[in-house]
Amino acid sequence: MELTLNHFLAVSGLLFTIGLGGVLLRRNIIIIFMCLELMLSAASITLAAFARFGTVNGLPNYNGQMMIFLIITVAAAEVAVGLAIIVALFRARRTIHVEDINSMRG
Amino acid sequence: MPVLFYIFSAIALVFGAMVVVLRNPVSSALSLVMSFVGVAALFVLLDAYFIGTIQILVYAGAVMVLFLFIIMLLDLKAEARRKLNFVAFGGGVLITVAFAIQIYMVLESFGPGAQKLADAKLDLPAASAANAEGLTPSIHETLQSGSLPDTKIIGHVLFTDYLFHIQVVAVLLLVATLGVVILSKKQLK
Repeated sequence: MELTLNHFLAVSGLLFTIGLGGVLLRRNIIIIFMCLELMLSAASITLAAFARFGTVNGLPNYNGQMMIFLIITVAAAEVAVGLAIIVALFRARRTIHVEDINSMRG
Repeated sequence: MPVLFYIFSAIALVFGAMVVVLRNPVSSALSLVMSFVGVAALFVLLDAYFIGTIQILVYAGAVMVLFLFIIMLLDLKAEARRKLNFVAFGGGVLITVAFAIQIYMVLESFGPGAQKLADAKLDLPAASAANAEGLTPSIHETLQSGSLPDTKIIGHVLFTDYLFHIQVVAVLLLVATLGVVILSKKQLK
């Protein structure tokens, strides 16, 4: 069986589903954060697949790959800020369990 | 090639599932590294060599160190089993399964998805001829010798078509750095 675009899209979809399931089911805020990263890289696979299959003049479509580049940069910035927020949260509440963090009071 | 595809997508998916299932945050973080390695291998299969390398360097390197550092800084233990909130758990499972079914149905009816990787050939000498003006001489040389100068082309595109975007990203990174420094101060005012 030959590789088709759908193979890559299916892997991406499954990885995204795993990430979504993790965000919805887990209660540890760090694990939720990791699952967000999982969903971002699933989206990257989709972009890479479409860039490779939508060839322009015999080259992959580099606009798609640039989008992945931007996603990776934004994800790195997001992780840095998000983890700093988690540390500040942990200092204030001594917990990273999302069900214990239920008030807006500072 | 399909064998490698199946191996690496299995790595990405199985370790991705382990991130969600395992209870110890350190195990989850290390599974996440393996999952990213699988994803990077898929990028290489898709001829995106530079992106694959960046995926390893940034995610498996920098981001994971940050995660592990925070886990150890906060001294997190494996979660104790709590009483499950059945409504929330059931709702989560329901949404996830519904989403998976939706993706399956979209892929089922997606016509261009049947395009084969072998059919979407890269024609490097023709690419060199078609972009006679756009690319630098060194890129043309590599293209005509029959190999894909992936990183050179990305660099070229990055500093021509995406010059504005790269500067926006630079500002974003600066803002993120400042934000982290301010957030990590002992006394938040």
